[in-house]
Amino acid sequence: MQLVLEKRAERSRTIALVSPLIAIALTLITMSVLFAILGKNPITALGVYFIAPLTDGYSLQEIAVKATPLVMIAIGLSLCYLANAWNIGAEGQFLIGAVAGSWIAVTTQGTEAGHWVLPAMLVAGAVAGALYALIPALCRVRFGASEILTSLMLVYVADLLLDYLVRGPWRDPAGFNFPTTAEFDPVATVPVLIEGGRLHLGSIIALIVVAGAFVLLDRTIKGFEIRVVGVAPRAARFGGFNANQLVLLTFAVSGALAGLAGIIEVAGPIGHLQPGISPGYGFTAIIVAFLGRLNPIGILIAGLFLALTFIGGEQAQITMKIPLDVTKVFQGILLFYVLACDSLILYRFKLVFAARQVQSAAR
Amino acid sequence: MLDPGPADLHAQQPLLQTVGLTKRYGDFLANDEIDIEIFPREIHALLGENGAGKSTLVKTIYGLVQPSAGELRWQGAPVRLSGPAEARSLGIGMVFQHFSLFDNLTVAENVALGLDGKEPFKAVSARLADVARDYGLPLDPKREVWQLSVGERQRIEIVRALMQNPKFLILDEPTAVLTPQEADQLFVVLERLKAEGRAILYISHKLDEVKRLCDTATILRGGRKVATCNPKSETAASLARMMVGAEIKEVKPPTERRTTVPRLVVNDLTLAPAELHGVRLQNVSFELKGGEILGIAGVAGNGQDELFAALSGERLVKEPGTIIIDGLACGNLSITQRRKMGAAFVPEERLGHGTAPRMRLSENALLTGHAASDMVRHGFINAAATLRTVDRTTETFDVRKAKRDPEAASLSGGNLQKFVVGREILRAPAVLVVNQPTWGVDAGAAAIIRQALIDLASAGAAVLVTSQDLDELLEIADRIAVMFHGHLSPALPRADATREKLGLLMGGASLDQKEAAHAAGA
Ligand SMILES: Nc1ncnc2c1ncn2[C@@H]1O[C@H](COP(=O)(O)OP(=O)(O)OP(=O)(O)O)[C@@H](O)[C@H]1O
Ligand SMILES: [Mg+2]
Repeated sequence: MQLVLEKRAERSRTIALVSPLIAIALTLITMSVLFAILGKNPITALGVYFIAPLTDGYSLQEIAVKATPLVMIAIGLSLCYLANAWNIGAEGQFLIGAVAGSWIAVTTQGTEAGHWVLPAMLVAGAVAGALYALIPALCRVRFGASEILTSLMLVYVADLLLDYLVRGPWRDPAGFNFPTTAEFDPVATVPVLIEGGRLHLGSIIALIVVAGAFVLLDRTIKGFEIRVVGVAPRAARFGGFNANQLVLLTFAVSGALAGLAGIIEVAGPIGHLQPGISPGYGFTAIIVAFLGRLNPIGILIAGLFLALTFIGGEQAQITMKIPLDVTKVFQGILLFYVLACDSLILYRFKLVFAARQVQSAAR
Repeated sequence: MLDPGPADLHAQQPLLQTVGLTKRYGDFLANDEIDIEIFPREIHALLGENGAGKSTLVKTIYGLVQPSAGELRWQGAPVRLSGPAEARSLGIGMVFQHFSLFDNLTVAENVALGLDGKEPFKAVSARLADVARDYGLPLDPKREVWQLSVGERQRIEIVRALMQNPKFLILDEPTAVLTPQEADQLFVVLERLKAEGRAILYISHKLDEVKRLCDTATILRGGRKVATCNPKSETAASLARMMVGAEIKEVKPPTERRTTVPRLVVNDLTLAPAELHGVRLQNVSFELKGGEILGIAGVAGNGQDELFAALSGERLVKEPGTIIIDGLACGNLSITQRRKMGAAFVPEERLGHGTAPRMRLSENALLTGHAASDMVRHGFINAAATLRTVDRTTETFDVRKAKRDPEAASLSGGNLQKFVVGREILRAPAVLVVNQPTWGVDAGAAAIIRQALIDLASAGAAVLVTSQDLDELLEIADRIAVMFHGHLSPALPRADATREKLGLLMGGASLDQKEAAHAAGA
């Protein structure tokens, strides 16, 4: 008896849907072992992680709030990845978007500026994110530099720029020397949907982004170009699709979405600019994009699931003293299994009996 | 070399036998209870129309496809192959219809990757050169594959298979892409393999070849075996009748067509190669009128691909006036813009160039149809229109497939070719540039495609056909030019284009001055 990998003739749609679920199941099993090693009861721990947050309204809102940036960023990343452009620097584009939008908030602070401020901030965030993402894209198109490295390195540049601004020129004079800007004015704040709640307008924007991406990929010629250039570059050129242009386009769109997510995050749930505005959204979104099969609807679901791990992780820290970093471990293991299970889509496992017989017949 | 002893002993026992072999894709039967026996010292032909199930059958024998039912017997003993490695360990070798080579690796690296042993790379390289020389199949182990012509690529596959010293060698349409000379070379090799006691299973659509070479022929139709016969005592027509179950239509000889204004003009096109070992196009000029078919003959790798890239706009040329379509200088216009002007293109490689293999036919219809059709409006795809193109192509060109809109890669080679050509012809282009239009297509379908090209020209289009198949060009082209080392000879009118003259030109000789002048004037 032998286990072999056999290439599939057509991609199986069923497996495409089941594969992420298998990955999640394997991750949960691995996590149980990890919890047991940490001396915690795995059942209780998994309950705190994955069930408890779903049982109260506050946590549910919080999940949506956390899912908002994840989904927005992951949608943009999925466009890049489909087009074979590897944007790893969404975290940096997120931070730059936050900085650029905050600049308007900071400079209009305390003035009579009207309701144009928030829309202007959102636009500034998106534009800055797009321009920032275009740096690695242009380097790839013009000089053939690996966009994986350049986009990743620019994350640290953005991080330090933000740090400098909130410690220097933009620091709140009344902030007891904490590295933070003043609270944004009401006109510079993303409104909440339910009075006194946490859910904000950004979640609606994220849903619109999901719908837009779905229409783009499924119904438009641009979306088709993106898909062809990724899977069959030579055929794409024959089709008249310009691969370099698509690299620039997908990087710009994904940078814009990350930047938009960034400014929504600081002008919404956080309310001011400070270091550490992101618990690694830009990186977690990579997992979201793959777990969601680079498909908009899948990404929406995957985004909610990973948001759940953030909330669950916080609760597990509070109630069971499980370190917050375990959430990161969880996300890493998940990405590993997702990519591993992808082999199931192109290949199929096959149990072959009587293999011995063949060997002996060969002699 | 094989030890001939056991082969003689088992002369009565088939080397390989299939019993009731069946392969199902969904509820589609690609192979239906096939029984076939192959003996040592035999060249066995496998014949059938496009989609008859030939490739499926040999892939099953090679362990690439798992049968849904039935049995495989090797030297009398039932075997189950989990994969090609196991088939190779038995002594089965295969040369595929679509090659499986890595473009960026060298010949030797490709061969080494395909071998299962732990032989050091140097030794593989040396043995490769030996085997290649021994069988008269020249190959430079250090060249990278992307620089090689289709014929040379196939040589790699053959040499790789021979290096395993197989008892049984399968060749899936090996001559589809070869020039007559290359094919003759191959036949010498096959005869020698046979004399060495090996068995060969040979798939081809070229029936005269089969009659010349093969000892036995098994004929498939619609996934079932319909006959086993001795091809030498059949005629090409009787073989074809068994394959199709009916007579094959003859291509109507081109009636006198009215040629109109020049629709495709190339003026002194000189183009440096895009790749290190590519071919430089040298002062290529020709004029193609509406209503006319111009054939370009020549051994592959003499600049045909480069010419196609320049004509299609996959590569742009600086001087717009170098390429003129319908009076418009368009050397610097993109392929999409040229399509909008009414041009259509069919590249040689159907998987990966002409189509995205993993995408559906409807999406592949969109790939070239988006420029000039109702498939896209205001940036949105009209899915119904793309499906309509698939249906119309299927109907007109008899594309056989397991379902309405499958992935391109799941079509049989010939059926995909029909789709790729039909997709463009149905757009009723003003100018059609097509490379190897009937590569791997069965006789019936080849007739349909050639007829469609003639009809297109009769309707006033200018048609440029590049082909290695001289018979094909002599059948449909009004004038024939020859490509050699990036130069294009003056076009000879069909009446003047004898095989001898074309053969000379293909070998690089130039016709004498008087004749050339005469040809240019014609
Ligand atoms: N992976 C697959 N999934 C679905 N259908 C398939 C698959 N592979 C082959 N088929 C179908 O099985 C039939 C036989 O295909 P096959 O490739 O064996 O034909 P063939 O005889 O080699 O034809 P050709 O001369 O055109 O190469 C075709 O109709 C094809 O569409
Ligand atoms: Mg075939």
